[in-house]
Amino acid sequence: MTKTVNNRAWFFVLPVFALVAFSAVLPLMTVVNYSVQDTFGNNQFFWNGIGWFQELLDPSTELGGRFFDALWRTLLFSAIILMIEVPLGIAVALAMPREGWTVALCLVLMALPLLIPWNVVGTIWQVFARGDIGLLGWTVNQLGIDYNYTNDPIDAWVTIIVMDVWHWTSLVALLCYAGLKSIPDAYYQAARIDGASRWAIFRTIQLPKMRRVLLIAVLLRFMDSFMIYTEPFVITGGGPGNATTFLSIDLVKLALGQFDLGKAAAMSLVYNLIILAICWVFYTVMTNVDAERERVEA
Amino acid sequence: MPDLAWMAWTWQTGLFFAGIACLLLIMTLLAIYRPETEHVGVLRIPTTRGDRLFISLLGAAFIHLAWLGLVGPGLWWASGLSLLYAAAVFRYV
Repeated sequence: MTKTVNNRAWFFVLPVFALVAFSAVLPLMTVVNYSVQDTFGNNQFFWNGIGWFQELLDPSTELGGRFFDALWRTLLFSAIILMIEVPLGIAVALAMPREGWTVALCLVLMALPLLIPWNVVGTIWQVFARGDIGLLGWTVNQLGIDYNYTNDPIDAWVTIIVMDVWHWTSLVALLCYAGLKSIPDAYYQAARIDGASRWAIFRTIQLPKMRRVLLIAVLLRFMDSFMIYTEPFVITGGGPGNATTFLSIDLVKLALGQFDLGKAAAMSLVYNLIILAICWVFYTVMTNVDAERERVEA
Repeated sequence: MPDLAWMAWTWQTGLFFAGIACLLLIMTLLAIYRPETEHVGVLRIPTTRGDRLFISLLGAAFIHLAWLGLVGPGLWWASGLSLLYAAAVFRYV
């Protein structure tokens, strides 16, 4: 059988190429150009070679110090978020009803936080957690716990983490729920006949069936938490001190606050490379898990 | 001709992007004239030439950064190492 090759299809892809070129490739090329130069304004640039990268990767310099601090902070934040939201999301999905009118109610309630814009979430929590007028902050203080996210780094972290868990756990839960719904009843019946325990059903039926959606959930939650900007910016502004200054916040301070375009460009390129590497690993694992399963099933 | 002065081009970055563009062009031509099938290497995942180029370029970026952070300037050594790494990736991955 001969395969028909129709190259006209390429013309339909051209608009996408043009769009990506203008929205992603050209700006990225500009960032590369900026990263090897220095500017004092007026759109005048001076060659600096690998100077910014050298400074960035040396923790003893001012730039390197703040870069590595922000990087560890961001990685720690992402790790905590994944460790809380993934198990919690699975637990919520398992507890959700499978049929009846409560399904719709649950789905709507779960989807609500996802519909709120990031800056609004930030503002809600900024007010909610305030010690003087916020319901949460005031209540916690009344319980005798000293809580003030504006001057205690731990309190600031707790506030941002709880806020993110409130905002995004339902995404993980909804994805897992979709995975659970795709399991045919026959699997459960077979498990019941075999006298399988609740834990055995979870481990051998539900978890494997949720693997694909879980990978997507982990990837989405990792990317979102690794690039978090709006909420901590609104709630703490990166403070107290630099306690919640994540990479994205530091980058904006550097580029738009200090207008150090060269340093900011070098930092964003390294940031970009880290994200690219992690996403490649996730993507490869995700596509190969599928391929592996198809091979096994075939 | 649009004004591209805002992009602050230098000949070094121009050369860098021209190199990448050449690589992509070569890969396109190879894909047309020497079609290939995926093969499975040490990573135990099926990869095409494009995948291996991507792994090589990403790895090269990290090798340069690691060299700069751990050893110091003198990036020609890092470039040499990257070429060796790319050759290994194309051979074994």
